[in-house]
Amino acid sequence: MQLITCPWCGPREETEFHYGGAATVPYPADPAALGDDAWARFVFVRPNPKGPATEQWSHAAGCRRWFTAVRDTRTHRFLATVDIQPEVPR
Amino acid sequence: MSRVDGYGWAIDRSRTVSVTVNGRAYTGHPGDTLASVLFAHDVVALGTSVKYRRPRGIAGSWTEDPTGLVQIEEPFPEPMLQATAVEITDGLVARGVNGQGRLAQVPDHARYDRLHTHCDVLVVGAGPAGLLAARDAARAGADVVLVDDRPTPGGALTGTERIEGRPAREFVADTVAELATHPGVTHRQRTTAFGHYDDGFVLALERRTDHLRDAPTTRSRQRVHRIRAARIVIATGAIERPFVFDDDDRPGILLASAARDLLHRHGVLAGHDVVVATTDDSAYAAALDLAGAGARVRVLDARAAVPTTWAARCADAGVPVEAGTTVHGTRGTERITAVVVGDDRAEVPCDLLLVSGGRNPAVHLFSHVGGPLAYDEARGAFVPGGELDGVEVVGAASGAVDPLEEMPPLVLWRTDGDPARQFVDLARDATVADVARAVGAGMTHLEHVKRYTTIGTGHDQGKTSGMLAAGITAELLGRPVAGLGTTTFRPPYTPVAFAALAGRARGELFDPVRTTAIHDRHVRLGAEFEDVGQWRRPRHYPRPGEDMTAAVLRECAAVRGGVGILDGSTLGKIDVQGPDAEVLLDQLYTNLMSTLKVGRVRYGVMCGHDGMVVDDGTVLRLAPDRYLITTTTGNAAAVLDRMEEWIQTEWPGLRVRLTSVTDHWSVFAVVGPRSRAVVGRVFPDVDVSNEAFGFMTWLDTTLDGVPVRLARISFSGELAYEVSVASEYAPALWDRLLAAGAPEGITPYGTETMHVLRAEKGYPIIGQDTDGTVSPHDLGLGWAVSKKKTDFVGKRSFARPANHDAARKQLVSLLPTDATTKLPEGSQIVSFCDAGALPPPPVPMLGHVTSSYHSAELGRPFALALVRAGRERVGEVVHVPVGTTLVPARIGGSVLVDPEGARRDG
Repeated sequence: MQLITCPWCGPREETEFHYGGAATVPYPADPAALGDDAWARFVFVRPNPKGPATEQWSHAAGCRRWFTAVRDTRTHRFLATVDIQPEVPR
Repeated sequence: MSRVDGYGWAIDRSRTVSVTVNGRAYTGHPGDTLASVLFAHDVVALGTSVKYRRPRGIAGSWTEDPTGLVQIEEPFPEPMLQATAVEITDGLVARGVNGQGRLAQVPDHARYDRLHTHCDVLVVGAGPAGLLAARDAARAGADVVLVDDRPTPGGALTGTERIEGRPAREFVADTVAELATHPGVTHRQRTTAFGHYDDGFVLALERRTDHLRDAPTTRSRQRVHRIRAARIVIATGAIERPFVFDDDDRPGILLASAARDLLHRHGVLAGHDVVVATTDDSAYAAALDLAGAGARVRVLDARAAVPTTWAARCADAGVPVEAGTTVHGTRGTERITAVVVGDDRAEVPCDLLLVSGGRNPAVHLFSHVGGPLAYDEARGAFVPGGELDGVEVVGAASGAVDPLEEMPPLVLWRTDGDPARQFVDLARDATVADVARAVGAGMTHLEHVKRYTTIGTGHDQGKTSGMLAAGITAELLGRPVAGLGTTTFRPPYTPVAFAALAGRARGELFDPVRTTAIHDRHVRLGAEFEDVGQWRRPRHYPRPGEDMTAAVLRECAAVRGGVGILDGSTLGKIDVQGPDAEVLLDQLYTNLMSTLKVGRVRYGVMCGHDGMVVDDGTVLRLAPDRYLITTTTGNAAAVLDRMEEWIQTEWPGLRVRLTSVTDHWSVFAVVGPRSRAVVGRVFPDVDVSNEAFGFMTWLDTTLDGVPVRLARISFSGELAYEVSVASEYAPALWDRLLAAGAPEGITPYGTETMHVLRAEKGYPIIGQDTDGTVSPHDLGLGWAVSKKKTDFVGKRSFARPANHDAARKQLVSLLPTDATTKLPEGSQIVSFCDAGALPPPPVPMLGHVTSSYHSAELGRPFALALVRAGRERVGEVVHVPVGTTLVPARIGGSVLVDPEGARRDG
C-alpha cells in the first residue's frame, strides 16, 4: 500500500485518500458560450497520459482537504503533492 | 518406527502427543509436524490427487510441498493444509485430502485480529542470513522486526553446520538471545510475511494458538501484522526443486533437503533403502546424513563427473555414487518400491527416492512489489535482477551460491519418458503433456502457459513446479528460458484464511451500524428494521398477526385518515454557512436558492455536469448567510463530498463552510389531517394554523426551554410538520409527541409506508426511481429548474439535443388493469404489436418498473415506472412480463392521490 504525502498531514496510507480526476479540466468560465462538442469534451473527455499526470486528490479520511498531485501513471509514484492555493475571494 | 536416537533437536521426547490420521492413531512429540509423525510411522501415502486420483504423499518438508495435503477435522475443520506445516497437538484429527478439501460447516468462534507495526528494519527470515542482518541492525540501534514462518529460528540449518566458529544451533541460540536484549527488536516465529507492497509495507500472518494445548480462548488464533518498514531485508532462503520423470508423483519420493530436515529436526529417518537422484552437490549431505543414521543409500548424479570431495566422503561412508546416471521412472503403488535407472532402465529397489534438481531462490517478496527478476542460466533459476529502493535481498534468496559447492549444478528439467506420466505440478495434476498442449496451442509466454495449464496455481503456488514449467516450456519451444519472460509473483506467499484477513471485522463488527437516538423506542414498538446505507431504520411496525403488507396498509390508512409519526432523523443534514453560501447553493442546485427568504423552505434538485439528477432534498434558509440543507439518507456523505470538492477545487475563493449535522438533529415527521391538533397540543405557544404557519416555512420555538424547530414540509401530500430537536432530547420529544397524539391514535410508521405515501404522490426517490440517466425534466421536476440563473451545474447539458428527445424515458404511474397484480420492481415494460401479440425478439423495451406497492388509499396495487415518451402515452395500456404471464397495465400521470394538492394545508 502506497504512502501519499498530504500537503497538510504528511505521509498517510493510500486508503485514506480519494482520487478526484484530472486537475487540468477546470469548470468552464461560461458554459453557455460553449458549443455542444466543446461542452461534451468538458463533461466526458479526460486526459489519460502515460507518465506524469496532474490530478486532484482529497485526504478524505483525514483532514478532508483537496490537493493537486503529479503522479506517474506508469509507476503510480507521486512526484509531487501541493496544496491548492486559494484564489482571491470573489 | 523410524525414529532415530541422537537426532531431532526440534522435538521434546519427554512428552508424547497423540493424533489421528485417516482413522489411525499415531503418537509423536511436541515439535513434530503431521508429516514427521507419519514418516516416523513409515506412512508416506496420504490421499489422492485432484484430477487423476493417483495416490499422493508427502514430498517436501515445509510449505513448498505440492502434495501432502490434509483435511483437519479436529479441533476445527480446515481444508487442504500441508501435513508438513501442521504442528501436532493432542487430539488433532486429520485425514488425507482426496481431490479437494471441505470447508467447515459450523461457525468459527476463534478470534482473528491485526496489529500495526512501524519499524526501521524488517527482516524476513530467521535463517543465518536473516539473523545476521537483524543482529547488525539491532547493534546499530535500529528498531527491528524479525519474522520467520517456521516454529523455530534457524531457517534451513540442519544443526550440522558451523557458523562464527560455533555449531549452528549454538549460533542461532546465541543470536536470538542477543536480539532479545535489544529493546528495539521484535522477533516473531510462526509468522509468514505473505505479501510485500509499496513503500515498505508488508503483511505477515502469525499463527498464535494452533500449536498450543491450552491456549486461552481470548487469545487470537491468527494475527495479521501490518508492518511498515523503512528498510526491508529479504532473507527467505531458497527452495529445493525436483526434476521431472515418469511417475514422479509416487508416495515415497521426497526432496533431498526434506529428508535431511526430517532427520535433524525431528529425528525421523524417512526411508531405509534410499536412492538419491541429484543434479548438484547439495544432495550429497542428505545422502551422507541418512547413511550415518542407518539407511542404505546410493547416489545417482546426473552430471558426467562427480564432486571429488563429496564422492570421497561417500566412499568412506559406504555410499555408492554413480556419475552420469539418473532416474527415468518409478515402480510401486501406495509407496515407491523401485526406481528405473540409467539408459538400460535397470530397476533399483528402494523405499525412498530423494530428488534434488537445484534451488529456486525464494524471490517472491522481492517480486511482489515489482522487483525485476533475471534468469541465471548456470543455475536454472530466477534471481533478483535489479534494485528496489529500501529493499535488500540477502543469503540464498539473492541467488548466492552455497560456499560448500564444489562443482556447478547441471540444469535438468526432465528425463526422457512418457510426457503424460511426467508430473510437473503435482498440486494441479499437470504433466509435461499439458505443457506440450499449451505450447501447441500457441502459448509462448510463461504467464500464458501458467493460465492454460493451471501450473503454479495450487496451494503451493508453484514453489517447486513453476521453474520446472518454465524450463520444460523453453525446451519444447526450443528457446532459451530467458526469452520466455518472467512470471510475476503475487501475494499471498502461502494461503491465508479469509477469516484472518477479515480479523475482527465480521458479524456485527463487519460494518458500522448507525441507529437513531430513539432506536430503543423502535425496538420496543416491535419495528422490523431495514438497512439504508449504514443506518438501521424501522421499515414498519407490525402488530401481532400482521405481515408487512398488512402493517403497511394499516399505517398508510392511519396517516391519510388521521395522524402518523415517522423517525426521519437519518436524513442527511448539512449546515452551510458564510457570506457566499447562497452563491454556492445557486451553483449546485437547479433552482434559485439566493432568493429564498429567511424562514422559508424550498425543495431542491442537484444534477451532475451531465444534467442527470444526483440528489434532492429541502433547503431551509436560517439566516442571510446560513442554510440547512437535507439530502437523501444514503447519499449524505456523497453530497457533502461533492460540495466540498466544489468549494475547494473549482471556486476556492468562496467564503462558505460546510458542516455535517446529520447526527446532531433528530427529526420527527408528524403527518396526516390530525397532525395540526397533535403539534398544537405539544407546542401551545405556537400558532399552527395555515395562515400563521404556512406550507414550506419553518419557525423556532422551545419545549421546556429546549430549542425545537418546526417546519411545514410534506413527503406524503398530507398536512405535516417536521419537528427537529438536538438529538440528546430526541427520546423525550418522541415520547411527548406520542403521548399528545394518543387521542388521535397517532401511528408510528416506517420507511415502507413512507415510500408508499410518496409514490402515491409521484415523489421520486433518487437512486430508486432514477439511475443516473434521468434528468429533472424526465421526473416531471422541470418546475424546479431555474430559468433565471445564467448557470448552475448541469444547466448547459439541458440544452443538448438528447435532452429534448421526445422518446426519453419519463416517470409515470402504472395501474395493472386487473387491479390485483403487484408488479415486481425492475420488471421490463413491453408494448404489443397491433395483432395483440408480442413482437418477435428482440422485443423492444419501453422502460421498467421503478417502484411498486399496494395502496390503501387506492385500494389496489400501483407502480411508478420510467417509460419512453411516458407522458405522451398516458392512458395507453402496456404489458409487463411477470413470470410467464404478461400483465396489462395502464399508464397514468405520476400523481395518483390528491393531484390537486388539497390535503397539503389540512
